[in-house]
Amino acid sequence: MSLTAKDMATVKTLWGKISSKSDEIGAEALGRMLTVYPQTKTYFAHWADLSPGSAPVKKHGKTIMGAVSAAVASIEDLPGAMSQLSELHAYKLRVDPSNFKILSHNLLVVLAIQFPSDFTPEVHVAMDKFLSAVALALSEKYR
Amino acid sequence: MVEWTDFERATIQDIFSKMDYESVGHNALARCLVVYPWTQRYFGNFGNLYNAAAIMGNPKVAAHGAVVLHGLDRAVKNMDNIKATYAELSVLHSEKLHVDPDNFRLLADCLTIVVASRLGTGFTADVQAAFQKFLAVVGSALTKQYH
Repeated sequence: MSLTAKDMATVKTLWGKISSKSDEIGAEALGRMLTVYPQTKTYFAHWADLSPGSAPVKKHGKTIMGAVSAAVASIEDLPGAMSQLSELHAYKLRVDPSNFKILSHNLLVVLAIQFPSDFTPEVHVAMDKFLSAVALALSEKYR
Repeated sequence: MVEWTDFERATIQDIFSKMDYESVGHNALARCLVVYPWTQRYFGNFGNLYNAAAIMGNPKVAAHGAVVLHGLDRAVKNMDNIKATYAELSVLHSEKLHVDPDNFRLLADCLTIVVASRLGTGFTADVQAAFQKFLAVVGSALTKQYH
């Protein structure tokens, strides 16, 4: 299910609209994930505060969105662009890749809430494909 | 037996009591057919599903979306007995419609997105958790009679 030229254009257009709020979106999506899928908290046991809106959640949401932004900019070569992050996730963080899907879903929910008129079915499918491609690139180095 | 907290019960009743079943059903099903196009396999006789605009404008999609949402209503009204309530529908989906149960999750995700966009900030993380739990229980009940 690779990204077509139209998908890439759609993702970039949406990103242009939302990028000023990307830190907030990341924090919100991460907070939602930790609440709605409590098993994901197991990866953050070292944080003092796992509640939505807490400092570690906000900071980490921003980190994640920074990486997603970079992925949008390098959308034509995601495996290349995400190579180092893939190594990090594979060898150090060892996050089960099924969790990438979970975070992606929560990102889409936040987009639907904050940009209801922009998040049409066509934009939804392009973003879903993009986030799946990002997840795949992140899983590259796992084995 | 599924255990529901007071918050979860209240949340589900609240969401559905305020919902426009026809509109949400139409939009959720159409979104599912666009975002996960392989789901179109179950709707061969729906006519024009060639692109997003055609899907959104297709009256059969709209009508069927409403059917699905009204089907969900049975669970809303029988939260303590969802498994038994859906026994017949489960047999239908398995024996007659031959629907891969994974599709229940795909439609549930689209329903979540549509409801989220309607409720806006009212769709808090806790509300999302309750809503997704409810849809997961329904999906599980619908899968129960598959063999």
